[in-house]
Amino acid sequence: MARALIHMPADARSGEIIEIRALIAHPMETGFRPGNAGGILPRDIIRNFVCKYNGVQVFAAELHPAMSANPYIAFHTRATESGTLEFTWTGDNGLAQTETARLTIAS
Amino acid sequence: MTITRRHLLTAIPLLALVKPAAATPEAMATAIASYTGNKLPKTGKVTFDIAKLIDNGNAVPVTIRVDSPMTEQDHVTGIAIFNEKNPLPDVARFTLGPRAGKAEVSTRIRLATSQKLSAIAQLSDGSYWQQTVDVIVTLAACIEGEAM
Repeated sequence: MARALIHMPADARSGEIIEIRALIAHPMETGFRPGNAGGILPRDIIRNFVCKYNGVQVFAAELHPAMSANPYIAFHTRATESGTLEFTWTGDNGLAQTETARLTIAS
Repeated sequence: MTITRRHLLTAIPLLALVKPAAATPEAMATAIASYTGNKLPKTGKVTFDIAKLIDNGNAVPVTIRVDSPMTEQDHVTGIAIFNEKNPLPDVARFTLGPRAGKAEVSTRIRLATSQKLSAIAQLSDGSYWQQTVDVIVTLAACIEGEAM
């Protein structure tokens, strides 16, 4: 399991636009670099990132080798209801990791 | 077998192959065309926020903002970043929707050398908008990936 960090407010007013910052520890090996033993290091990157808000996709990203190591993505969503945000990263070598965060709507 | 000058000359194209293939302006144009479905993106609406002079190409912070109300009727459905001279023309493609609330995405990318970058936004009415920036990179990403 790679270490993942999610930065977002724990509570928000209804209709407020919140910023979500997601970062995951990953080398994002491009598949273009030569290794110490000679030959090219095989590609090992995160291909996709999806954010679901109570099961509905609000944001997704398709990543390519030109993304930096430890890919960081900041985006926004409108707080509509209390619930769970689910973040999923999938990538090469069968990588699949999901993190969740709670969002509470103050009435 | 002795190595003659002729042998050395025939080896030069092979050395060129060892160098990782770089995307070209044409490759970037092709990648953009495949993203937009051969529509020519118009200039405007998109703000591509990136430093003009980049010290370290390994992690370049970028922010892309699109001028859009982000309502059910009028919103941004996608944002993509393309480059001219990295090994591959694609950088990232983001999928947004009316639930995003704000058409703004920040991330960190790699840049192999000084080059031109394009950010393309797809709107819900099917139109495409872009902004192109030129950047200077002093320390390139994947420099150890360069043969020779």
